[in-house]
Amino acid sequence: MTQEKIMRFILIGFVAILAAGPLYLETYYTELFIHMMVLGIFAMSLDLLIGYTGLVSFGHAAFFGLAGYLLAIVTPETEPTAIWISLPVVLAGCAIAAAVIGWFSVRTSGIYFIMITLAFAQMFFYYFNENNDLGGSDGMFISNKPLVGWGDFQFLDLENTTSLYYLVFAGLLASYFLLRTILNAPFGQVIKGIKANEHRTKALGYNTQNYKLVVFIIAGTMAGFAGFLEAASSGIVSPGNLHWHHSGIVIMLVILGGMGTLYGAVFGAFILTLLQDKYTGMVELMPDFMSGMADHWHLFQGIFIILVVLLVPNGAVSLLAKISQALGKKEDAK
Amino acid sequence: MSDIILKTVGLYKQFGALSAVDHATIDFKQSEVHVIIGPNGAGKTTLINLLSGDLLPTGGTIHYKDQEITDLPPDQISLLGIGRSYQKTNIFPEFTCKENCWLAGQSRQGSSMKFFKAASRLKEVHVRAEKGLEMAGLTSQANTVASAMSYGEQRQLEIAMMLATEPDLLLLDEPLAGMGTEEATEVTKLIKKLSEDHTIILIEHDMDAVFAVADTLTVMVNGAVLETGTPEQIRASKAVQEAYLGDEDGDH
Repeated sequence: MTQEKIMRFILIGFVAILAAGPLYLETYYTELFIHMMVLGIFAMSLDLLIGYTGLVSFGHAAFFGLAGYLLAIVTPETEPTAIWISLPVVLAGCAIAAAVIGWFSVRTSGIYFIMITLAFAQMFFYYFNENNDLGGSDGMFISNKPLVGWGDFQFLDLENTTSLYYLVFAGLLASYFLLRTILNAPFGQVIKGIKANEHRTKALGYNTQNYKLVVFIIAGTMAGFAGFLEAASSGIVSPGNLHWHHSGIVIMLVILGGMGTLYGAVFGAFILTLLQDKYTGMVELMPDFMSGMADHWHLFQGIFIILVVLLVPNGAVSLLAKISQALGKKEDAK
Repeated sequence: MSDIILKTVGLYKQFGALSAVDHATIDFKQSEVHVIIGPNGAGKTTLINLLSGDLLPTGGTIHYKDQEITDLPPDQISLLGIGRSYQKTNIFPEFTCKENCWLAGQSRQGSSMKFFKAASRLKEVHVRAEKGLEMAGLTSQANTVASAMSYGEQRQLEIAMMLATEPDLLLLDEPLAGMGTEEATEVTKLIKKLSEDHTIILIEHDMDAVFAVADTLTVMVNGAVLETGTPEQIRASKAVQEAYLGDEDGDH
């Protein structure tokens, strides 16, 4: 088997594990997996910017959080809103926000791009944090899950965790294949060129600013899709979702998992969430004599991240790539 | 006048107190190889940067065919059919040769704001990329990653990418810089061949190559045009000898 085949094999295995999730997971973990898959979509959307276009956005959580608030706003307390209405409204809102922020941001580059995206995201954060009509710092409840169906007919009941799980799972796969398609299309070639050498891309006849704006809108809209799923599954949205801390975490997911692969971002989301979890995480794995330090798990998380960056600089997927390379060589030798 | 494809009128570029290009008025004729020579710091590369849109002029105008292009950005100038190669290698280092030329060729497909069709199915782009590679003599290296190639080969790739955009007018900024004798001879031949159906504006220090390909020569000194003429006229010019060629001979 070649390295590529082994890698594909690993990915298919991962998808199979996810597909069968509700069959073997307890409710707590089903919900955890839902959360991880949502984070995976969020991280992939950022990978499109960081890993493929070379744009380090430090304000990506703005779209994630905005989507939750938009869903809360279009969902009345007394009855559910059909997903066919709420989802397009949320995505359109995020696309418009990304167009506005992007219009200013793509005119800068490097550290200035980081600062301007951060500044915009913080403006969003403070707006929602201080707007008492929208729950202020407490956030808002979404009393009714989006209705997947028409009128009285319900195609999927999102109150049911399994149904919700498969909706998010389908969203993850759809997002992945949509991004793959875009990256293989003429548009994808141009944004990879922008990352490799923007000046030359422009000299070859591409208006690079337009391409950067469009990729920013695509990424922002997809982050909004993740935010929609998060809000729909948790039933709550708070200003913390838009905070720069959250933008920083999603950058970390992309870097930990491996930039420029899409699935690396998903792995990053899974690894970091499992490490933080109270049952599967580091705290649980600590030997007894260290149990007094359980409150300081962030410290250990930090050490873990430093180790990964030092030892596996291209993220967790590069480790997988190395393993499959080694396996491939073994096969070849036979 | 219709045989003039590009002209600059009173073009100047100021960097602080320095006039890098000082009121240059030059006519470039269709189908000619027009070589710009001059000592280092004469403003030759700045002139090319103004023509390609990489720099905006402080004053003066540039006209291409029937259009004023003075303030156009590089992407629009490229789309008008003005291709350029850079003095300092300017490629996509992590792409293969083919991928480098691919992106060049794809720019002639109309807008690349296409999201759902696989780029690899664009047959015309294949043809352009292959042609660029072939003309620059890089067909055998199509799948080599650019950063793994020798400096001379990267210079050839620079030209291949430019050719894949199918330009009418070529701006070549020291294409022979840093090449070995053999590679330089090949590229000189290539320029000669390209001159059959392209207009070429060339900056070059290698005098053998210059006199082998030039139809017209412009000598620049301190940003200003000293003289323009046929190679014979330039060779015979006293002013040029004093300012430039004389020095060069003195060095040998």
